[in-house]
Amino acid sequence: MPAGDVLALLPLVSVACCAVLVLVVLALRGGHGLVAALTLLGLAASLVSLVGLYKAVPLRMPPLFVIDGAALLYMALICGAGIVVTALSYGYLKERSPEPGEYYLLLLLAVVGAMVLAAAGHFVTFFLGIEILSVSLYALTGYTRLREKSVEAAMKYLILAAVSASFLLFGMALVYARFGTMVFSEIAGRFGQSSTDYLTLAGTVLIIIGVGFKLGLVPFHMWTPDVYEGAPSPVAAFIATVSKGAVFALLIRYFGPLIPEQTGALFLVFSLVSAASMFTGNLLALLQDNVKRILAYSSISHMGYLLIAFLAGTRQSASAGFYLAAYFITTLGAFGVITVLSGRERDADRMEDLEGLAWRSPWLAAVLTAMLLSLAGIPLTAGFIGKFYVMKAGAGASLWLLIAALAVNSVIGLFYYLRIVAALFRQGSPGLPLSAVSLADHAVMAVLVFLLVWLGVDPGALVRLIERTVSLV
Amino acid sequence: MMLLWLLLIPLACGILAWLSERLHPNLPRLISLAGLTVPLGMASASWFNSREGFLFSGGPWLAEVSFPWIPHWGVSIHLAMDGMSLLLVVLTFFLGCISVVSSWTEVKERVGFFHLNLMAILTGITGVFLAIDLFLFYFFWELMLVPMYFLILLWGHENRRHAAMKFFIFTQMGGLLMLLSILGLYFIHGGISGEYTFDYSRLLGTPVGAIPAFWLMMGFVAAFAVKLPVVPLHTWLPDAHTEAPTAGSVILAGLLLKTGAYGLMRFAVPFFPSAAASVAAPAMVLGVIGILYGAVMTFSQTDMKRLVAYTSVSHMGFVLLGIFAWNTIALQGVIMQIICHGIGTGALFVIVGILQERVHTRDMERMSGLQAQAPRMAGVAVFFALASLGLPGLGNFVGEFLVLLGAVRISIPITAAASAGLIFATVYSLWMIQKVFHGPALTRPGREAAAISDLSLRESFVLGVMIVSLVWLGLFPQPVLDTAGIGIDNVRRAHASAGEHRQPQPEVISRGGVHAGR
Repeated sequence: MPAGDVLALLPLVSVACCAVLVLVVLALRGGHGLVAALTLLGLAASLVSLVGLYKAVPLRMPPLFVIDGAALLYMALICGAGIVVTALSYGYLKERSPEPGEYYLLLLLAVVGAMVLAAAGHFVTFFLGIEILSVSLYALTGYTRLREKSVEAAMKYLILAAVSASFLLFGMALVYARFGTMVFSEIAGRFGQSSTDYLTLAGTVLIIIGVGFKLGLVPFHMWTPDVYEGAPSPVAAFIATVSKGAVFALLIRYFGPLIPEQTGALFLVFSLVSAASMFTGNLLALLQDNVKRILAYSSISHMGYLLIAFLAGTRQSASAGFYLAAYFITTLGAFGVITVLSGRERDADRMEDLEGLAWRSPWLAAVLTAMLLSLAGIPLTAGFIGKFYVMKAGAGASLWLLIAALAVNSVIGLFYYLRIVAALFRQGSPGLPLSAVSLADHAVMAVLVFLLVWLGVDPGALVRLIERTVSLV
Repeated sequence: MMLLWLLLIPLACGILAWLSERLHPNLPRLISLAGLTVPLGMASASWFNSREGFLFSGGPWLAEVSFPWIPHWGVSIHLAMDGMSLLLVVLTFFLGCISVVSSWTEVKERVGFFHLNLMAILTGITGVFLAIDLFLFYFFWELMLVPMYFLILLWGHENRRHAAMKFFIFTQMGGLLMLLSILGLYFIHGGISGEYTFDYSRLLGTPVGAIPAFWLMMGFVAAFAVKLPVVPLHTWLPDAHTEAPTAGSVILAGLLLKTGAYGLMRFAVPFFPSAAASVAAPAMVLGVIGILYGAVMTFSQTDMKRLVAYTSVSHMGFVLLGIFAWNTIALQGVIMQIICHGIGTGALFVIVGILQERVHTRDMERMSGLQAQAPRMAGVAVFFALASLGLPGLGNFVGEFLVLLGAVRISIPITAAASAGLIFATVYSLWMIQKVFHGPALTRPGREAAAISDLSLRESFVLGVMIVSLVWLGLFPQPVLDTAGIGIDNVRRAHASAGEHRQPQPEVISRGGVHAGR
C-alpha cells in the first residue's frame, strides 16, 4: 500500500489506532477519565486529518474506498458527533456504570464503521462498515444492562439488524450475480440498461430494505422508538445521528447515480418511502408521551425530509449535507439535555420530568426549546435554514408534491414539539430533582446552541463550504 | 440606516429589559417604553420632515438599505420604506408603547421575559413591514410567531395552552404554503432570467403562466388570509385574542392581523395581477361574508374579550373587500381602516383588560351598571364603541366609508351587503355598552357590591392618547391619506408594471354574475 493511501485513510486509521490504544489502556486498568480523554483525542486527531485532506481530495483508492468531498464532509460530521457523544457519555457513565471503559472502545469502533460507510465505494466496505457499526451498537444499546428496557432494546435491535443485514447481503449477492462487479461506479455504469431485469430489481429492493432499516425509514422503522427509549441517552443520540448519517451518505453514494433523473421505478419507490416516513413519523409521534420516543418518531420523519434532498438529484446533494449537519446539532442537543437531566435509575425521558424545567433550570430549558424549535424549522435556528434548503432543492427539481408534503408535515410536527415546549414552561409542577450538571456538559450545550444559532443566522459560509466540498468528486 | 435602527433598537432594548429585571421590577417596563418611543419618534419625524421630500422624490422608496446576507442564494437584508410601510411602522411603535403601558400592573411575574417577548414580536412585525427581500420577509414572518406563542402561553388566561397552540399551527400552515410559493416564484424567475434572487423589485413582473400564477398566488393568499383573517380561516383568532394578556391582544388585533393585509397589498396582488383579478369577485364576497358573519358572532358572545375579538373578524372583512376592489380610494380606505381598527380595537382590549383586573371576570352576564362606579371608564368605553360602529368624525368611519366608496365602483350589490355590516356594528357595540355599563349595579350573592375604582391616571393617559388620535384621524385624515396614497401609488405601479396586461376588473366581476359598476 503506497504511502499516499495511508495518508488518505488517516482519518480512519487514527480512530482505529485509538481504539487499539484504548484497549491496551483498559488492559492496564486505566481510569475512566483517561480512556475518555484518549477517545476524544483520537476523534479530534481524525477530525484534524480530515481538514488536512481537504486540499488533497478527491482521492481514489480502488476498489474499496472513495475519498471525495462528500466522504470528507460526512466523516467530519461523524467525528464531530462522536466527540459530542463522548463528552456527554463521560458524565452519564460516571454515575451509572461500574465499568465504563469498554463503552468508549465500542464507541470508537462504531465511529470507524460509520466512517468506512461514508467512504465506501464497494460492497465489501459497505457491508464491513455496516456490520462494524451495528455490532458495536448492539453492545452499546444494552450497556446499562441492569435496566430492563435497555436489554430489551438491545435484543430487538440485534435481531432486527441481523435480519436486515442478511437481506442486504442477499441483495448484494443478486446484484453481483447480475453485473459481476461489486464496485459502485461500475454497477452504476451498467445499471441503466438492465434496471427492469428481475435479478437487478430483486437485488436492489433487498438493498433498499437493508438501508431503509438502518435509516429507520417507513416501513422498516419499527425498531426505532423502542431502541431510542431503551438505549442510554448518549447512545440514542449516537444512533440518531452517526449511524443514520453514515448510512445516508452511503445511500447518496450508491443510489444517487442509479437515479440520474427524477423518473423511473426507483425514484417512485424512494418518493413513496419519503412521503410515508414523513407522515407516519409525525402522526405516530403525536400519540407518544415519552420524549425519547417522540424524538425517535421525529427522526423517522426527518429522514423522510432528507430523502427529498436525496431525490432532488446529485446536483442538490449539498442541501442533504447541510440538513444533516443541522439535524446532527439539533438531535445531539436535544438528547444532550435529556442526558444531563437523567437520574441514576432511569433517563429523564417522561413528559413529567421536563415539566416546569424552565423555572428550575432556565438554561437547559432554553437549550431544549432552541433544539425543538430547530426540529420544527423555526427561524434563527439551523433547522429552519436546513428545511428551507431542502425545500429549495426540492423546488429546483420540481418535486412539488413532496415538498408540499414536507410543509404539511412541518405543521403536524409542530403539535408535538410545542407540546414539549409547553411542558417545559408549565408552572407549578415539581418535576424531577435536578442533578448537578458538570462544566463539560454545559460547555457542550453552549457550543451546540452557538452552532445552531450561528447556522440559523449566517449560514452563507457553511453553505458555500459544503457546496464546494461535495463538488470535489 | 434608519430602517436598521428601527429594528435593532427595540430588539436590543428587549434584551436589556430582560437582563434588567433583577435590578428592579419596573426597569424592564421603562427600558421597553424607551426602546419603543425612540423608534416611534424616529419614524414620525421622518414622516413629518420629509413629506414634501419624498412626495417628489420619484423613486419608489422613502428610505432603503441593503446588505448581502446569503449571496449564494440571492438573499439580502433588503429593507425599504414607502408611505404604506411608514404608516404601519408608526402604528407598530405607537401600539407597542400602548401595550407596554397598559400591562404595567397586569403583568407581575417574569416581567423581564415578558418584555423580551413583547419587543421581539414588535421587531418581527416591523421587519415584516420593512422587508422587501422575500426570504427576509418570510424570516420575520415566522420570527414573530415564537414570542407571541410564549406571550399567550405564559401570561395568558385559563385556556391559554390550547389557544397558543392553535395560533401557532394556523399561522405556520399558512406561512409554509407561502414559502412554497416564494420558492416557486424564485425558480420561475431564475429559470427565465438566469438570475436567482429573492429581491422584491426584481421578482415583480416575472411572467408566470396563468395556472402556476394562480397556485403561487394562492400560497401567498393562504398565509395572509389566515392572518387577516378571512372567514373560514378565522377560528384561531377568537381563542388567541381572548386568552392572550392585554398587551398580546392589543398587538394581535392591532398589528398581527395587519401584516396579513399588508402582505396582500404588497406581495400577493402585485406579483400576480391577473390571477388576483380572477379571484377578486369571490374574495370580495368572502370579505362581505366576514363582515356579516363576524358581526353576528360578535352579537352572540357573552365573554367581553371574545366579543371584541369577533369585531375584528367583522372589521377585517372591510379590509379584504377594499384590497380586492383595488382602486386608490378603496386602498386608502383600507389603510385608514387598518390604522383606526388598530387603535380602536386596541383600546377596547385595554378596557377589557382594565375591567378584568378589577372585576376578575370577562363574563358580561356578571357585569352590570358599572357606570355608577366608574363613570370615566364608561365614558371612554362609549367613545370606543362609537368609533367601532363607525361614527362619523372618528377615524373608523373614514376608513369604512372610503372602502365602500371604492367598492361601489366595482359592484353595487356587494357594497350594499357590506354596508349592512355598519348597522350590525351599531347593534353589537351599543349592546355591549348597555350590558356592561348600564342597568342596575349587580350585587354578587353573599358580598357587598364590589367597589370598582375608576381609571387611574396611567390608564386615563393611555386611553386619552388613543382618543385623541382617533379624533384626529377622523377630522383631519388628509395627511395620512396622502402618505398612504404615495404607498398605494407605489404598489399600484408595481402591479401595473407586472408584465401581463391585467383584464379590467368590472368585466371579471360581471362574469361572476355581479353587476358591473361605473
